[in-house]
Amino acid sequence: MNGELGRYLFVRIIRGLATILGVVTLVFLLVRMIPGDPVDTILGDRATPEDRADLRERLHLDDSLPVQYGRFLGDVLDGSLGRSFRSDRSVGERIAEVLPDTAALALAALALALALAIPLGVLAAARKGTAVDRLASTFAVLGLAIPNIWLGPLLVLAFAVQLRWLPLPGDDAVGAAGLVLPAVTLGTAFAAVLARQTRAATAEALGQPHVTAARAKGLREWAVLRRHALRLAWLPVLTVAAAQLGALLSGTVVVEKIFERPGLGALFLDAFFDRDLPVVQGCVLVIALTYVAVNLALDLAYAFVDPRLRLGGERAR
Amino acid sequence: MKGLRIGPLLVALFALAAVFGPWVGAHPMAIDLDQQFELPSAAHPLGTADNGVDLLAAILHGARLAAIVALVVVGISVLVGTLLGAWAGLRGGSFDLVLGGLMDLVQSFPGIILNIAILALVAEPTLLHLIVALAVPGWVLYARLARAEALSLREREFVQAAQVLGASDGRLLARHVLPNLVGPILIQATSAFGGVVLAESTLSFLGLGPATHVSWGALLDQGSGVLLRFPHVALVAGSAIALTVLGFNLTGDWLRDRADVHAG
Repeated sequence: MNGELGRYLFVRIIRGLATILGVVTLVFLLVRMIPGDPVDTILGDRATPEDRADLRERLHLDDSLPVQYGRFLGDVLDGSLGRSFRSDRSVGERIAEVLPDTAALALAALALALALAIPLGVLAAARKGTAVDRLASTFAVLGLAIPNIWLGPLLVLAFAVQLRWLPLPGDDAVGAAGLVLPAVTLGTAFAAVLARQTRAATAEALGQPHVTAARAKGLREWAVLRRHALRLAWLPVLTVAAAQLGALLSGTVVVEKIFERPGLGALFLDAFFDRDLPVVQGCVLVIALTYVAVNLALDLAYAFVDPRLRLGGERAR
Repeated sequence: MKGLRIGPLLVALFALAAVFGPWVGAHPMAIDLDQQFELPSAAHPLGTADNGVDLLAAILHGARLAAIVALVVVGISVLVGTLLGAWAGLRGGSFDLVLGGLMDLVQSFPGIILNIAILALVAEPTLLHLIVALAVPGWVLYARLARAEALSLREREFVQAAQVLGASDGRLLARHVLPNLVGPILIQATSAFGGVVLAESTLSFLGLGPATHVSWGALLDQGSGVLLRFPHVALVAGSAIALTVLGFNLTGDWLRDRADVHAG
């Protein structure tokens, strides 16, 4: 068993590292795939020859591709990720500056989803067919169907414009009150899927013979739920996290725009419109590497939580 | 089961709007500065937006754009993905290995991030750029599906019999693998259609779509900017997006359930 697990972890980690190298290479090549002269794309056709020459110099466009690639790898390894065109700072510095804002948003969304969806799913399974169950399934359908570009403005309209309970976008970008609506917008789809999965997993657990035996022994319903059902809640959380991670990460771009919050997504969009390609490149790289790394961590966690998977190969997606 | 019928109904409405909509009502670019952000009235059933643009006309033209983008993107993705995936599954070997790596790589970029990165490469994104940006990650879904199906068919007796009888790979693909893929691909494509509509709306909402076309996402972005005074613009545009995406998702689920019933 132990050798089996070790081999699985080894293979999975090697594959993860290979993917990371692939992502770094693709992000490097992406900018080199700009049709025509990148200098034209970045500066437009009204730039002076001096500006153009200066930019060619800064982009090292006259070096050979392997030399450029080597320099890029060096920039990735030392964390600087190259220099921004627009400000004279390194891309890594600019990303490090806004990363905590995005991390706070993502974690708040995650915490909200867990706090809402797990009790809702467990209750729905324990009280099958009741109003709670119907509420949970309605939430699961609607929460997944409403796009976040639509949920955000709706929430603002209801809670900031009409009820005035929470600040308007841009009014309170750092406080806890200003984090509520963005976190709800980002976390709702996650919570919807998680509630459905938790309900299914709990219902299955409650149907097991040992649970029937526990009930027959006279164990109270709450104790049955806590001892037998909630212990399994980790599996749906990991499954949903793996399936929804991509939507969560790219959702931060949308949510930061709607709520006018600083963050990686906002930096990414600003750099897009400024044509600041090194920053665009750095943001794509950081988001993709986060995605690959968290996916890898989830796979490894899954292997520890559910030993059956080590033998059957990979987690089904 | 009853609820699932809403899906095909919404899809039919969307199709009608996309096909016939642009002939109904005013021109979506018709400017009337005296009538900016008017509430719904007899002259403008859904009200007006910025510059007095008729919202109903804008929504109908937006449906046309969403339909064109989604049809082309899903069409290209299905074609490229199915052929590459089926070929890889049937042949195996180094082609399969390279394709597998490529698919892993494309899927290392979450959601719309790769779309945005591709659009960032051009100075002013056009409709064609938008379509390319959406299709580059789009084919992987079908390639995985086709590859898995081809792999399992390769072991089946009728395929092996055909192989023994000297059928070429091309013939195996055309006669045995592709026909078996029509059902699963169709179901997948239906759900994905809604996904592409949503991705197009999201990119336009972020301001990354072509400025030359009326898009639901851009309209929603405009409406979000004036949410305090004129919420009807965002309400109308957001509803159009949400109902269309919901319609395709429900229709995909409905087709999947029907297929399961027939299989089981």
